[in-house]
Amino acid sequence: MRNAFIAELTELAEDPRLMALLADNGIIVYDDYLKRRPNQLINLGIAESNLIGVAAGLASCGFVPVIYSIIPFLVMRPFEFVRDDIAYQNLNVKLVGIGAGFAYSSLGPTHHGTEDVSLLGCLPNMTVLSPSDPLETRKAARAAYEHDGPVYLRIGTGRNPVVNESDYNFELGKGIELRPGTEVTLISTGTILSEVLRAAEELEKQRVSARVINIHTLKPLDRELVSQAARETGAILTIEEHSTTGGLASLVASALMELGEGSTRFAALGLRDRFCESYGPIEDLRRALGLTAEDICASALALLNARSANVTSPLLSV
Amino acid sequence: MRELDEVAERAKLLRQDVLAMAVHAGGAHVSPAYSIIDLLAVLYGRHLRVTAETANDPDRDRLVLSKGHGCAALYAILAQEGFLDRAELKTFCSIGSSLGGHPDVNKVNGVEASTGSLGHGFAMAVGMALAAKLKKSDSSVVAILGDGECQEGSIWESAMAATQLELDNLVVIVDANGLQGMGDVEEINRLEPFADKWRSFGWTVREIDGHDLGAIDDAISEGYATTDGPFAIIARTTKGKGVSFMEGQAIWHYRLPNDEEMRQACDELGLEDIAAVLP
Repeated sequence: MRNAFIAELTELAEDPRLMALLADNGIIVYDDYLKRRPNQLINLGIAESNLIGVAAGLASCGFVPVIYSIIPFLVMRPFEFVRDDIAYQNLNVKLVGIGAGFAYSSLGPTHHGTEDVSLLGCLPNMTVLSPSDPLETRKAARAAYEHDGPVYLRIGTGRNPVVNESDYNFELGKGIELRPGTEVTLISTGTILSEVLRAAEELEKQRVSARVINIHTLKPLDRELVSQAARETGAILTIEEHSTTGGLASLVASALMELGEGSTRFAALGLRDRFCESYGPIEDLRRALGLTAEDICASALALLNARSANVTSPLLSV
Repeated sequence: MRELDEVAERAKLLRQDVLAMAVHAGGAHVSPAYSIIDLLAVLYGRHLRVTAETANDPDRDRLVLSKGHGCAALYAILAQEGFLDRAELKTFCSIGSSLGGHPDVNKVNGVEASTGSLGHGFAMAVGMALAAKLKKSDSSVVAILGDGECQEGSIWESAMAATQLELDNLVVIVDANGLQGMGDVEEINRLEPFADKWRSFGWTVREIDGHDLGAIDDAISEGYATTDGPFAIIARTTKGKGVSFMEGQAIWHYRLPNDEEMRQACDELGLEDIAAVLP
């Protein structure tokens, strides 16, 4: 996904206003970009507060800065700079967070991106994008650049899950139904969608028709698609490699309540008030946290078997 | 360009305006505004290549008030220079006004950055100076920092960046009034040897009396002329300068005079009646 982003960035940089900014993350992966766009890359060093302010200053003078760093150092460390300098001033700066979820699996919680959606999703003027695979990363990067205003784009690392097998139309703020279904809707975002699709296949084997929705734009949320799924399937399970507090779970749940779909059976998989403290390959981390295709499948079945909206099963309380 | 005598006269009027604005608002950061008034008067009177007419010219000079709480002084001079309607000054900090307790780039003509949280404006000024370099514009950027503000770590991130990027079109003026919210800067979290700190970060530094108009003028001229990286002016100022009982007193950081104090303040500012300043 990282390479897909940089490939798209290299094309976008035909626009001389584009200025890629780094905080000393991106060795090797930016080599090709640097060869082709040597005058449109500045590494401002390990100093993220200054980096965000400098980007704001550049944007106020007509540049379109695209800042790339590991999520905690881009979002959490200089959060107040992002809030005041970029969101409040409503400047045309693109923030690209690398390492969504536990992509940097073994590096531990200091390098995980598991609260970034909560933080940036609450900022006025900010658009939040969370693509699921390399193809969508390229489309999201282009949409982010073409949108006039602050955008946060969170992507995975070097892994290349395939969620979207053929070309399709990507529209900011419009979720995508990846798979039709009538009995339960699995709503997800980011790279974990590959697990969600596998879960839907497994459910089909068990004669359960599961719809799958890709929410690549977390803000603004496609409320219409979410409420339609609630009306048509009556049960919603959200799955995210992120805190459920302020994440996809919160966004979908509050939309359902506000749109009069509060009686929908609902459950959420993700991080519940905890860090991901395991090490190892991402598959092992997902297993440890109950986020594999098998876990998703079991949670969907538990949700369907629940008699009322407010039943929780142990599987739903990851 | 205005003669220094005229700059001094206009600075005097600015002090009257700021106090009158504070009265209308029912309170304001008066003394942090007073310590930068002479700096602003010299900048706008003799150096900044920007006018009300060129306020949106991409190649204008930009002033960033990183110590945003001094904004009453900025609003007053922007009104004096015709960037905003003088009648607006009396709406300061009231419902519907564009003039808040910290300056907003999207509301006030002539304001270059929304500041208020300390340690932000400097980084944005570095970005603006970098933009001018990249565009090969001869635009200069001036950032006014508080000395207390220099306790923020981000200030030193930006100080490093400015020398690394060789921003000889950037002038920083530190309003070194020696006081911060709760007392003396040196007692709370000391900055000295302050000039040496800036020098060790690669800056050319001048220390001046920040109320000596000639010294301010000379230092800014030198800062504009230098081609040897960024330039810092440590302006030794007096917080509350112009009203004796406010001068150097931390308690006046955010406070409005009572009736008796107001009479004395008006007396010292050459005013008969504060209500007549912004009727």
